[in-house]
Amino acid sequence: MIKAAYIHIPFCEHICHYCDFNKVYLKNQPVKEYLDSLDKEMDLALKETPASRLDSIFVGGGTPTALNGKQLEQLCSTIKRQLPYDSFTEYTFEANPGDLSKEKLQILHDAGVNRLSFGVQTFNDELLKRIGRSHRAKDVLQSIEAAKQVGFDNISIDLIYSLPGQTLQDFKDTLETSFTLDIVHYSGYSLIIEPKTVFYNLMRRGKLPTPGEDVEAEMYDLLMEQMDKHGFAQYEISNFAKPGYESRHNITYWDNEWYFGFGAGAHGYVNGLRRSNHGPLKKYMEQIEKGQLPILEEHKVPLEEQMEEEMFLGLRKKAGVSISRFKEKFGKDPLVHFENQIKQHTEKKLIIAGEEHIKLTRRGRFLGNEVFQSFIG
Amino acid sequence: MNREERLKRQEKIRNFSIIAHIDHGKSTLADRILEKTNALTSREMKDQLLDSMDLERERGITIKLNSVQLKYKAKDGEIYTFHLIDTPGHVDFTYEVSRSLAACEGAILVVDAAQGIEAQTLANVYLALDNDLEILPIINKIDLPSADPERVRNEIEEVIGLDASEAVLASAKAGIGIEEILEQVVEKVPAPVGDPDAPLKALIFDSLYDAYRGVVAYIRVVEGTVKVGDKIKMMATGKEFEVTEVGVFTPKSTPLPELSVGDVGFLTAAIKNVGDTRVGDTITSAKNGAEEALPGYRKMNPMVYCGLYPIDSAKFNDLREALEKLELNDSALQFEPETSQALGFGFRCGFLGLLHMEIIQERIEREFKIDLITTAPSVIYDVIMTDGTEVKVDNPSNMPDPQKIDRVEEPYVKATMMAPNDYVGAIMELCQQKRGIFIDMQYMDETRVNIIYEIPLSEIVYDFFDQLKSNTKGYASFDYELIGYKPSKLVKMDILLNAEKVDALSFIVHKDFAYERGKVIVEKLKELIPRQQFEVPIQAAIGQKIVARSTIKAIRKNVLAKCYGGDISRKRKLLEKQKEGKKRMKQVGSVEVPQEAFMAVLKMDDNTPKK
Repeated sequence: MIKAAYIHIPFCEHICHYCDFNKVYLKNQPVKEYLDSLDKEMDLALKETPASRLDSIFVGGGTPTALNGKQLEQLCSTIKRQLPYDSFTEYTFEANPGDLSKEKLQILHDAGVNRLSFGVQTFNDELLKRIGRSHRAKDVLQSIEAAKQVGFDNISIDLIYSLPGQTLQDFKDTLETSFTLDIVHYSGYSLIIEPKTVFYNLMRRGKLPTPGEDVEAEMYDLLMEQMDKHGFAQYEISNFAKPGYESRHNITYWDNEWYFGFGAGAHGYVNGLRRSNHGPLKKYMEQIEKGQLPILEEHKVPLEEQMEEEMFLGLRKKAGVSISRFKEKFGKDPLVHFENQIKQHTEKKLIIAGEEHIKLTRRGRFLGNEVFQSFIG
Repeated sequence: MNREERLKRQEKIRNFSIIAHIDHGKSTLADRILEKTNALTSREMKDQLLDSMDLERERGITIKLNSVQLKYKAKDGEIYTFHLIDTPGHVDFTYEVSRSLAACEGAILVVDAAQGIEAQTLANVYLALDNDLEILPIINKIDLPSADPERVRNEIEEVIGLDASEAVLASAKAGIGIEEILEQVVEKVPAPVGDPDAPLKALIFDSLYDAYRGVVAYIRVVEGTVKVGDKIKMMATGKEFEVTEVGVFTPKSTPLPELSVGDVGFLTAAIKNVGDTRVGDTITSAKNGAEEALPGYRKMNPMVYCGLYPIDSAKFNDLREALEKLELNDSALQFEPETSQALGFGFRCGFLGLLHMEIIQERIEREFKIDLITTAPSVIYDVIMTDGTEVKVDNPSNMPDPQKIDRVEEPYVKATMMAPNDYVGAIMELCQQKRGIFIDMQYMDETRVNIIYEIPLSEIVYDFFDQLKSNTKGYASFDYELIGYKPSKLVKMDILLNAEKVDALSFIVHKDFAYERGKVIVEKLKELIPRQQFEVPIQAAIGQKIVARSTIKAIRKNVLAKCYGGDISRKRKLLEKQKEGKKRMKQVGSVEVPQEAFMAVLKMDDNTPKK
């Protein structure tokens, strides 16, 4: 059963120095045509795989809020028309602070969007500039205030730590400011330098002063400690929420469930197939024009891989991997099937295997990859 | 063919090599000569044809020798038979060079018109003179803007003492002067002398193993005649065989009814082991054979040893098979099984030099797909015990207890370096640092200097050549020869990881340099060994005494804290990559150690580690 849909809007007004998602500068792009293609892609996909319920819709990017009011209206009406709108429990738009006028906020709210996720990253304006963000700290405060006024109560922000030049004190300050916002959800990601980004090129030339592993670990420690102190429960490696506000969309991924991926370069997991779409807009749109799904790659996940993924995704959650669910899905006991790994990590106090769940310890959360990779055959 | 025909044919044979410093254009000249004599259709003409192994092409060096028969119609209207014999250009293979030169009557000496004489040029010329060859100097690359042929002509006359007044000014690349060179070969290189009716004497100057034909011996017939069906004997080993095929390379392997005096070609005789066709040995007839072998044969002994271990210990047998196959083609390669506490089962292998070692290593990884751990190379130490017995040590971890050692001797080389005089200071400083003993310095002209030092081979085996190049901006050239053993104050240094001695990391070092090296190497290892789940102390020790220490901090955070927009395949790939990286490491006790760490001793001479 397909649980969710991700919709990718690949346009940006500015390109951040760390971003390696599929995106292009907004200027002079065929936005209208792209939105038409999205409409057709959804049509094709739902004809192939009908879905009567979708629990979560997530519109990400790029920068979805870079679209103007009219374009946002078109996008929202497509979503409403093509997808089973009445079943949406969580309907998220990713937003760039400063992009959302009252008008745009109203359009989203009227369309049924009930969650906003702001790409804040840090409250230090110097650092924002350095990582290529166009917004400033004050924009965040204004945007969130405006969103609340329009009626949004499920608001999340993304923070990034271990930024070049960032100190532990910087991050402490950012967290402190964050907690004044009166919102319900935080994501805290550590900066990963990906190829084909400005940062990657700087790093290769030795010109990117990242804080290093020790400081990064201290920041993560601080993040967890502060979130806990302020009543935000960690439900995944990088995600924290007030009770009841955990992102259903995120959970779809970590629960190893199926989801649609719409848009250029989007990824989906449909009927046991992991798929990725063509990234270049032209290619993506041409394919759809021909009446075909714009699939670049498709991989049928064999049973063994499914089990591996159940482990390395499930372990990301605070709750861990559900043993009974694993048995139900695969007809096997994970404690037996992965006996060696579980024994080894239990001894090193990286995981705890209980009656019902296998989960990371606090130490295990720092060294997640050491655990995850052992499950890959 | 009767005696007369053979003698007549003999008069028209010219056998020669091309000798040069690396990069002076030897291979390009060989190509031009092949072209000029129409040995190849243009379709077959690949650049630098004589270097036939992939590895040779990539590195621009010759490892296995080649010889080729060419027909040349000279200006006098006669057709001459040329045998061009290629020589390896590297000092590791000096002995092979000397044997292939022994198969010739002449040598073309190529000198770069801009760079002039270099260390290898000299070394090769001396080898050629040792073999009484007629030397034809060629000044190559005269089309370069920086060419100074007159200066180089003077250098050839003054430094080597050859008459260079008739040296051809050439550019192999542009095809200038090639015909002139060929004419000089006809005029100046003597025809082979020898009696076709005398008992057979054929020099083996190389051999290779062919899966179908057995060993193919590359030979030069010096006396007599050899044909299919002849019973032959190897004079060094006494082994006898029956000839199944003789022929020449044109450069395709072309069978002939017989090979006679002056011919350079191949011979097969269902020989299963290259060890039976040792380079430098003489082939004669089994009955009524020659009394005396040709001069110059010697068994080649490895100079450098290292341990080769499969990263995946299940591949030990594959590694043995790979070494056995390589040995078929390389009689200088030696190996025997050894066991390391840290690395498990592997082989101690002996090589002619560092390049030879690197080539074997690379071929095993490439052609046999076995990931290797190589321990730092070691020379053979002569250990004289207090009771007077002598022990040869080729593996540092086998160094006897210091209490029982009277003294240790190590091999020394005579190192010849040539460079512009601006770099004399830099070279001397380097040699001093490498425990070198100054022997001599000569000015070759106003600006170029020839410097001679005696240096322990173990220092050369480390990164001497790289450092020489970098300290002289690439201007210095270098050559060396082994001169024997001298006593040194040497001690064994052990490395401990997590308080456990890692035998594969032990090395021998001069007492006066021990503390400094210990310090550098623990820092180097700290850089090379990734953080583990626990803190790992690194110590350097001489006997029980710790001389340096450092600590690899425990890993603090390794978790993908990033949202990839539902791209799970990418997460998976990332984890796979990390896992793959781990597989390429060797578990030593509880510590995962990457390949490079075992070579760290090699790179420890850059005094301050980065970071």
